[in-house]
Formats: sequence, C-alpha cells, structure tokens
Amino acid sequence: MKAAILRERSGALLLVSPVLVFMAVFFLWPLWAMVTAAFVDDAVSKVLPRTAASIVSWDGQGIPSGAAHKALVQDLTAATDEQALGEAVRRLNSAASGFRTLLGRTIPAVKAASDPAQVDLLTVDPRWKDTRFWVALKEAMPPYTDRNILAAVDMKRDGSGSIVLEGADASAHRLIMLRTLLVAAMVTIACAAIGLPYAMLAASLTGWKRSVLLLAVVLPLWTSLLVRTAAWFILLQNEGLINRALQAIGLIDSPLPLIFNRLGVVIAMTHVLLPFMVLPIYSVILGIPRNLMSAAQSMGAGPVRAFWRVLLPLSLPGLLSGSLLVFMVAIGYYITPALLGGANDQMISSVIAFYATGTANWGLAGALGLILLVVTTVLYTIYGRFSTSSQVPGA
Amino acid sequence: MRLAKKLTLVGYLTALVAGAAVTSAQARDLTIVSWGGNYQDAQKKIYFEPFAKKTGKPVLDESWDGGIGVIAAKIKAGVPNWDVVQVESEELALGCADGYYEKLDWSKLGGKDAYLPAAVSDCGVGAIVWTTALSYDANRLKEAPQSWADFWDTKKFPGKRGFRRGPKYALEFALMADGVPPVDVYKVLSTPEGIDRAFKKLDELKPNIVWWESGAQPLQLLASGEVVMTTAYNGRISGINKTEGKNFKVVWPGSLYAIDSWVIMKGSPNKDAAMDFIAFANVPENQVKLPEYIAYGLPNKAAAAAVPANLQKDLPTAPENLTGAVPLDADFWIDNIEELNKRFNAWLAK
Amino acid sequence: MRPFIQFESVSKAFGSLTVVNSLDLAIEKGEFISLLGPSGSGKTTILMMLAGFERPTQGAIYLDGKRIDHLPPYRRQMGVVFQNYALFPHMSVAENVAFPLEMQRVPRAEITERVERALDMVKLKQLKDRRPSQLSGGQQQRIALTRALVFEPSVILMDEPLGALDKQLREHMQLEIRDLHKRLGLTIVFVTHDQAEALTMSDRIAVFNAGRIEQIDDPEVIYDTPRTRFVAEFIGETNLIEAKVASVDNQVARLSLGAGLSARAHAGNGLSAGQTASFSLRPERIRLGAAPGGSNALDMTITDCIYHGDHMRVQLTRDEFSLVARCERLAGNWAVGAPVVASFDPSDCTVLTQ
Repeated sequence: MKAAILRERSGALLLVSPVLVFMAVFFLWPLWAMVTAAFVDDAVSKVLPRTAASIVSWDGQGIPSGAAHKALVQDLTAATDEQALGEAVRRLNSAASGFRTLLGRTIPAVKAASDPAQVDLLTVDPRWKDTRFWVALKEAMPPYTDRNILAAVDMKRDGSGSIVLEGADASAHRLIMLRTLLVAAMVTIACAAIGLPYAMLAASLTGWKRSVLLLAVVLPLWTSLLVRTAAWFILLQNEGLINRALQAIGLIDSPLPLIFNRLGVVIAMTHVLLPFMVLPIYSVILGIPRNLMSAAQSMGAGPVRAFWRVLLPLSLPGLLSGSLLVFMVAIGYYITPALLGGANDQMISSVIAFYATGTANWGLAGALGLILLVVTTVLYTIYGRFSTSSQVPGA
Repeated sequence: MRLAKKLTLVGYLTALVAGAAVTSAQARDLTIVSWGGNYQDAQKKIYFEPFAKKTGKPVLDESWDGGIGVIAAKIKAGVPNWDVVQVESEELALGCADGYYEKLDWSKLGGKDAYLPAAVSDCGVGAIVWTTALSYDANRLKEAPQSWADFWDTKKFPGKRGFRRGPKYALEFALMADGVPPVDVYKVLSTPEGIDRAFKKLDELKPNIVWWESGAQPLQLLASGEVVMTTAYNGRISGINKTEGKNFKVVWPGSLYAIDSWVIMKGSPNKDAAMDFIAFANVPENQVKLPEYIAYGLPNKAAAAAVPANLQKDLPTAPENLTGAVPLDADFWIDNIEELNKRFNAWLAK
Repeated sequence: MRPFIQFESVSKAFGSLTVVNSLDLAIEKGEFISLLGPSGSGKTTILMMLAGFERPTQGAIYLDGKRIDHLPPYRRQMGVVFQNYALFPHMSVAENVAFPLEMQRVPRAEITERVERALDMVKLKQLKDRRPSQLSGGQQQRIALTRALVFEPSVILMDEPLGALDKQLREHMQLEIRDLHKRLGLTIVFVTHDQAEALTMSDRIAVFNAGRIEQIDDPEVIYDTPRTRFVAEFIGETNLIEAKVASVDNQVARLSLGAGLSARAHAGNGLSAGQTASFSLRPERIRLGAAPGGSNALDMTITDCIYHGDHMRVQLTRDEFSLVARCERLAGNWAVGAPVVASFDPSDCTVLTQ
C-alpha cells in the first residue's frame, strides 16, 4: 500500500521534473551565481596563499614586514595560471587603482630574477611603499566579502573596519538606483494614464476597429528596441518632426527640449512598454460581464458614476498587473535612457552593464543586481498585499 | 506510472538530442568579430570575403561593442565561440595579461619591425589607428574652432556640445582645454589634483553637454544641429562626408588616437585559420585598400606608405595630423577606469 | 388616461432583421405580466427597450403617462433583475444592495437602515458582509432581487431571472417572487421561456412569436383556450386535430375526424360547414372508459402506454387517427391492444384560428 503511494508520488515527481530542472537551470542557478559573485572573494587568496598567511598579522600601519614581501614574491614566482592571476589582479585593481600596472611591472621582474629571494619589491616599483596597496592586499584575503554589496549602496569599510558612507563625489549608486525607480514609476504612471482608457476603448469596440487598436499597440513589439528608440530620436530632436510641426503652426518660437532629458526618456519608454499595460487591462475588461454596467445604469448610475464605481474597480486587477509588468521591465532599461536621456537619466542597468562587460567586475555587478532584486521583491510583496486586498474573489 | 516514466524519458531525450544538435555546431567556421557598421562592411569586402575565397572555407562575422567582461565571460564559458576579435588597446592589455588570448606567430606577420611600435604586442597586432577628435559642421559654423579651449568657449561658439559619456576622453580633453599641453595630459591626470582639475573644468561645460554613447550618435547630433561641436571618431566623420555630402571637419591638434588590434581567443578551435586570417589582413596590399572605405590609419608601415596622398590627409597617421595629437594611454585607463567611472557617474548625478 | 405602461406601435430592427414588429402592449399598475416565448421571439428586446438599454426603431413607450423611450436607463427608475444576477463582484452583499440608494443620493443613515430592512425581508441579513461569489445561486438571486427592489422603483423588470437555478430552487423562488409581488403590490414585467413558470406566477401572459404577440390573456385562458396553433403547442402538451367541419349548430360544430370518427366541438365564431380547421384537445381532458352524457365518445385502441410516475400517457389509435391521453394511473387493466372508449367534453376541444 505504502509502496504504491510512494511509487505514485515518485511518478508525479518525475513528470514535473523538467519544470524543476528548468527552474534550477534558468532561475536558481543564475541567482546563486549572482550571490556568490557578490560575496565570494577568493580570487586573491587562491593565487597568493603565502601572502595571505603572512599578512594576517599586519596591523595596517605603514607597510608590512619583509616576511610578507618575501611571501608575495614567492607566491608570484609560483603563480603559473595566467587567468587565475589575472583575476586576482583585477580584484586588487578594483580595490586600489594602479595595482594592475604595479603588478604588471612586478610580476615580470620577479619571474626574470635569477634568485627570487633576492628581489626587493621597493626597488622594483617604489609604489610598494604605498600603504594603500598593502591594505587592498590584506582586505582581499578573507574568502568572503561585503565590499561589493557595500559599494553597491555607496558604502565602504574604512581603515578600522567600520562601515562608512563614500563621499558624494565618489559614488552615486544609490542616487542612480533611486532615479531608476523614479523613472520606472513615471513610465508606469504614464502607461497607466494612456493604457487604461485605451484598453477600455479597445474592449468596447468590435470587429476591425478593435483589431486596429490592438494591432497598433502590439505592432511596436515586432520591431527592435533600437529601431523604436531611433524613431523617437528622429521625432523628438530639435529639428525633429514634432518641433518642426509645432514651429510651423506657430505654437512655439524655439524648439521644445524634448530630447536628452527625462521627458524624452519617459515618452519613448512609455511607447515601448505600453503593450504590457494595455494587454492585461484589456483582457480583464473583456472578462467583466457586460450586464454589470447595464445593472449599474438601471439603478440610476450615469455613465460617469458607473465608470467610477463599477468599471474602474473591476479593471483594477488588470491595471495592477499591467503596472507591475511595466515597472519591472522599465527598471531594467538602459538603451533608451542612454540614447534619449540627458546626463541625469542614466539608469542602474547601464552601471551594472559597465561593471559586467566593461571591467569584468562581476562581484559589483552581482551586488548591484542583488540590490535591484531585493528592491523589486519588496515592491512586489507590497503589490501582492495590495492586490489581494482589492482582488475580486472568484473573479 | 510507466507512462509517466516514459514521458519524462522522452522529454529528456528530446532535450538531449536538441542540445547535441546545438553543441555539434561547435565544429564551426572561423568566426571574426569586429565593430560593426560601415567599418565592418569595408572589412568584409577587403578581408573576410577574399580570405574565404582564398581558403575555400566560409567565414562568419559578428559585431560587438567592446568590454573585457565580454571576452572574460566567453573564455570562462569553456571553448569560446569567437576566434578572431578586434579589440581596443585596453582590452588587448588586460586580456593579454590575463591569458585570454593566444600568442601570435609574428613570423607569419612579417616581423615586428614592419609595424608601428605601438601596434606590436605578444597577443595582438594593430589593425587600425583611429582618433577621437573635436568635430564640427563647417556649413554651420562661420568661424572654425581650433582647440579644446574653443570647445569650452560657449560665448564665442554658442550652442550645445556633444561628448561621449564616460570619463575616458572627457578628462583628457578637459585638461587640454584648461591649458595642459597635450604631451603632459597623462602626467597631470595621474595625480589626484589633476583629476580634480579635469572634473572642475568639466563642471564649466556641464550644462551645455549632450552625452552620446554610440559612435553614430555624434554624427546625428551634428547633422541635426542639436550640437555645434562634438567629440567623434574620425572614420565616421570622413565616412559621412563621403556618403551624405556633409562638410564635417576634424580638428587634429589635441585629438587622442588609439590602436585597435586583432587578437585570437584562447582555446579557439580554429587557431591556425585565425592566425592565417590575421596574416592575410596584414598583407600591405590588402591593408592599403582600407582607407578608400574609411579614414583609419594603417599600423603596417609598408601599407601606410602606399596610401595615395588624397586619402592620406584624412588619416590619423598623416604626419601633419599627428602634430599635437596624443596617443591614448591604455595603462592609465586600465588602472583607473573603475574608480573614475564611479566618480564620473557621481559627478554627472550632481 | 393611458395605461401605466404602454407600448405604442413599437418596432425594433437590428439592421435588416426586425425583432419586434409594431407592438402594442398595455400593462396595468400592480400587474404581474410574463412575456413568454421561445428564444429569438423578441421578448428580451422588449424588456431592454422598456429598461432603456435599447431604443425602439419606431413607436413610443409610455410610463405613467410620460413618454420614456428617449430617456437613458438611469433616468427611468426601473429595477432590473438580470439573467445572471449581475451582482457587482467587488462589493459585499450590503454594498450591492446599497448601490441603487447611493445613486439616488439617499442619506447615509437611511441607506444603512433600508439595506438592513431589505435584507431582513429576504432573510439574508447574516450574509451582508459576504461577497457575491461566496453565495449560493439562490442567495445571489435573492440579493439581485433585493437590490432591484430596495430603491422602490415603479416597475421591476426581470429577464429570465430563474434560468440558472435548479428545478427545486426555481420553484421555490417562483413562489417567493409571487409572494413579494402580492405583498408589495409591485408592477412586474417578467421575461421567461418557461411556460410552467409563466403559468404559475403571472396575472397575465403575453405569448410571443417572431416579434409579435400571439395571445395575451390570463394563464387559465391561455391554457384552456389557446387561440393559435403556436400557443397551443408552446403551452403545455396538446392534441392538434385537423378536422373537417360537417355542420355548425348553435356554436357547436360537428367534426369529421377521419377513420369514421366524429365529434362535437365548441365552435366559436366564424366557423362554417365544409371547411377544414385545427382544434386543440389537451391530453388530460380525455377520459378513458365510461363516457358521461353529453360528451364525445370515440372507440379507439390502446397502442402504447408510458408510465410517468404520477400519471400515464396513453397512445390511442384508430386507423390513421390518433390521440394522446393523460390519465391517473390506470384504475382498470388497460393493456396495450385493448379497445377503449375515449371521451371528452365538446367545450374542451377548442378551435385554433391559425
């Protein structure tokens, strides 16, 4: 009996296993990779184990004793894996600018020396007298680190190991993160303001008129993002269609600043993301029984009150899921802000892309991604609360 | 029960077969990656297609936007799906130090002496010399700007300025605008005071800057009159003058030139073919054709010398264009890009 | 003085399709009238025109002496109960019932009181905080009714309101609605395709066919003396008899039924000797066995006998002429094949005009 149940269970498990494998490969694994990239920090200690052992006892004042120098030289002599060494160098340079060229000069000197024990780092490069490099070295030794996650929110550890804010001149991740949320919110609101009446109109029409409206909103999805962005560039620029037309009819004297500012970004992103708002609202409205509006009217509700009291509240689930979709997608945008925005419209994804592809600093890229994920999750939870309280049971 | 097992088995087998089909494509053709646009179109005509014809094997080409992270990710993934890549000098230095590239066989390239010294490295050979320079539309500006100081002078030349977003180039040009002689730019920039000075100079111009990101943008900005001057890549400028009859001009003094190089990805399954291709692309008779299409300088001395005079004048390697021009210091930027980019973003956000 | 509700030559066409054809209909105050007919007969369209959701193509509609066909629905003060109740899913029961009162701008305190009272009346006060989806079909139906009643509209319109309920519940609700109608003196226009429902509940029934009224009368009259073939067939079960009129004498016609049978029938006016006419004879009016004086008596053979629990349907045949009779469970042993005398009163055999 029990065996039969067990067999049945395992059979069921077997059937859903593709889903589990899919989840693991495409969801859990990348997430895990992001977390490890942000927190695991063994690139340096792996390559420089002797230095790691020796530098632990250093108090962070001046420069460490000769033993540490010797250990470093030994480590560098023994390091044969170019790629592992490269990773260590990148990690160190990210903590102290200049480390790359410093090691770039040191490593060949050490390797070329007939007796590595005789190599004096300070004569190879006087920069070894700089405490900054030794501190970076010491701090790179523990296998786990919080420096990425701290850097992602403009914080760092000072010499004494306590967490401090970075100067406003030095880093602006928080600001860019906030700006990202703000732009996403603006786009969401704009999409809602346009998408809700649009979806209602589409749902109220029939036949070819409805098809045309829906096609008009879905069509942009079939062209590439870059093309759509470029099209907006042509429309919005100073000598673009919109400004020319407005000037031609004499509404304005000088071109309106429609591009290279937030307005341009919001306009273009709203256009690109509108389908994600219209379609959920549209499908929710289609599911609302038509006789509800008739019922409201029969009870004395004019069109406006019937809209406010019946149609709008019933469309709300669509509006909410549309808003969530738009917001989530908007957070990740960076091509459109890069091409149509001004100096202060850069979004967090472009910073993440800079670290990921530009400098291969996957730790910081992962940490920024994690912060973004956490913020999004928090917002999603709030949304969940909000939407279940206003949700129509059974509807 | 049995059915469940069978179904699952069938599912996994299908996935396996599909996966095998995908991975079997690894025995792929030589894949060359460059910067796209009309530059890559030209490369296709003078390098890729003739090489394919010569060897009788197809050549695939892709384009990318740069970034050592992309190279690193491909190497980490195991066998890379790119073979030959054109990289900027920072990517060359970084990737070479980190073991991302194969060492080149210089005997096949005609020896190191055949090239400009800056175009020679263990892992890469220079493909082009290109410049980022002050550019303007001569049809719109009555008086020609001469220098970065003019670029900063919004009284004499009212209007917006185009600038590539990011600290690279912006800081160098700011220092030159502030009176630092071109040869001393990196010396000054290597000190914290020098960086402060550059940012302070950028402060002056900040309200008038339109930031661009991709190489085609500054041309559009100039063409539409959105900006009166911009930084731009010289090849694009002469290209648009030729194709669209524009009268865009480049100010050579104070320009920053750099060398892009061919490299071979470490572990490339087509290593030998890749080496043959790079050799083919550096045969002077082949390389000399490039300036007809796009105004980039040639690092191969023999090829450079063979360029006709009418094309020569637009090249960054022309002696008169080199006066007052500064070579980009790749070492400075690989040391400092992260920190300066962070600071640059913070500065932008202020 | 006009009737309370009046349709005056009202037509409604959708494109080239005429759904209601020149309808005249008068409804008195306090009346429970059913609009009965198969689907597509125009009955729902008439209700929608009355409620204001459709505009007549031609003609006029009056309510209480005032013309209303140009008024939007929300100015008509009619309570409408929809087919699937049309309760607002996002509001609680109490909010649903309060809705029409809010729309009439009744003061808050009064709304609360009236909602309580109305829910009390249908004994659903304990459910007032539930959402409609948490109610059973019958409860939803009662809430919909309450909501239509609570603002004391001059007319209640019901569009097949019981269609979605199971049989038992439906019958229960029929009585409940009838009871409310009596207690509150409501004017109710009730659309249904269920003839039994119409017969049970209505003061009057208007039978519709193809956009026209076939017959409008009390339920008894409709049932006992259907005027047309359509009504006779649509309401209840009947024997349709095609017969030749042999003679007419003092409102009584002598019919030749074929197979050598003849019978007398109530003739009405306009029937003359020699013509062929249709007659309706309800199966339950046919008695088997002894024939009392004055009734028709036909010698027939039982060819089939179907057991229906509370009654039996008996198929009677003589050559090509056949009848269906509905009897109490047979007292005698009427076996299939046995000869039998079928009798019925002349007044139960009514002539159909078409």
